[in-house]
Amino acid sequence: MEPALDMDAAGARAQERDAILRCQRGEAEAFKLLVERYQRLAYFVALGLVGCHDDAVDVSQEAFIRAFRHIRRFDAGRQFLPWFYRLLRNLCFNHLRARRAQRLFALEETDPEEVEDSAPDFDPEVLVERDERATAVWQAIGRLPERYREIIVLRHFQQLSYAQMAELLSVPMGTVMSRLYHARRALKRLLEQDQGGDLNEV
Amino acid sequence: MKCEEAEPLMMALLDGEIEEAQRRLLERHLQSCYACAKELEEFRQLKELTEGVTLMEPEARLWQEYWSRVYNRIERALGAVLLAVSASALLIFAGFKAVEGLIKDPSLALSLKVAILAAIAGFVLLLVSVVRERWYFWRRDRYRFVR
Repeated sequence: MEPALDMDAAGARAQERDAILRCQRGEAEAFKLLVERYQRLAYFVALGLVGCHDDAVDVSQEAFIRAFRHIRRFDAGRQFLPWFYRLLRNLCFNHLRARRAQRLFALEETDPEEVEDSAPDFDPEVLVERDERATAVWQAIGRLPERYREIIVLRHFQQLSYAQMAELLSVPMGTVMSRLYHARRALKRLLEQDQGGDLNEV
Repeated sequence: MKCEEAEPLMMALLDGEIEEAQRRLLERHLQSCYACAKELEEFRQLKELTEGVTLMEPEARLWQEYWSRVYNRIERALGAVLLAVSASALLIFAGFKAVEGLIKDPSLALSLKVAILAAIAGFVLLLVSVVRERWYFWRRDRYRFVR
């Protein structure tokens, strides 16, 4: 996975702007450029947020469809990616919430925390190395609160720089750093909990 | 430097995003604060752990078919909208024709005609009210772009 972000290139921006204007005139074919440019990012972000291949494909494609449907409201002078990203991550979180609620309903569980904790959505099948250690970390990421999971995914699976994350999330750099700190601390605690208090045991 | 100020800087250090001046300040803090130095070491271990998690590259077919799948879904949604709009137009037209026939029928009593018209007016009023309510809440729904 190479990082799919290259928001600085002026030529790419101009191309995007042109494609957006054409989409706004109803030319669905013009949307191809945007989809092909960001499909990898969309898929891998979705995979990091929802945890399984089929759902990641489905949700990422749905995000593109919604982006196209709402493209007329988009200001072509702005960057497409942060706008699209917000749509994508909201869809991912809603999808996961709905899936967990469904399971909750099916199991007739009374405590939502229990379901949240089990995170069976985070399928180890999507990992290159499926050893115990990687699986434990992957599933702990799946149990992180949304904001934290998001920043971990952007940093570790997309290898975005702080500046790119700040741009994508529309927050200041300081917020990126402190959110990353809290996210990593939460992840560390989850792993320590699982392993009786020692990160070395993971 | 306070620990709260050191925390985000520890992240920048780990991720190679720290500026030289900040690095010096942080290092000075770490020399005098055992808790932060220990935490940084744990974060280093954690980073190693997360780096061991690599997501698998899906089959190349996914990328080849990705756009056509999105395009097909867009097209289908467009088709569904067209179908819904034209079907409603046809239904409304048929309804008008039927009512027109009833009103023009001389064998029907005037009171019956009035009742039919009043029933239709009531139905339209209800419909408009429900649609307006939906529209009002939809406009104010922060998550309206989301399923």
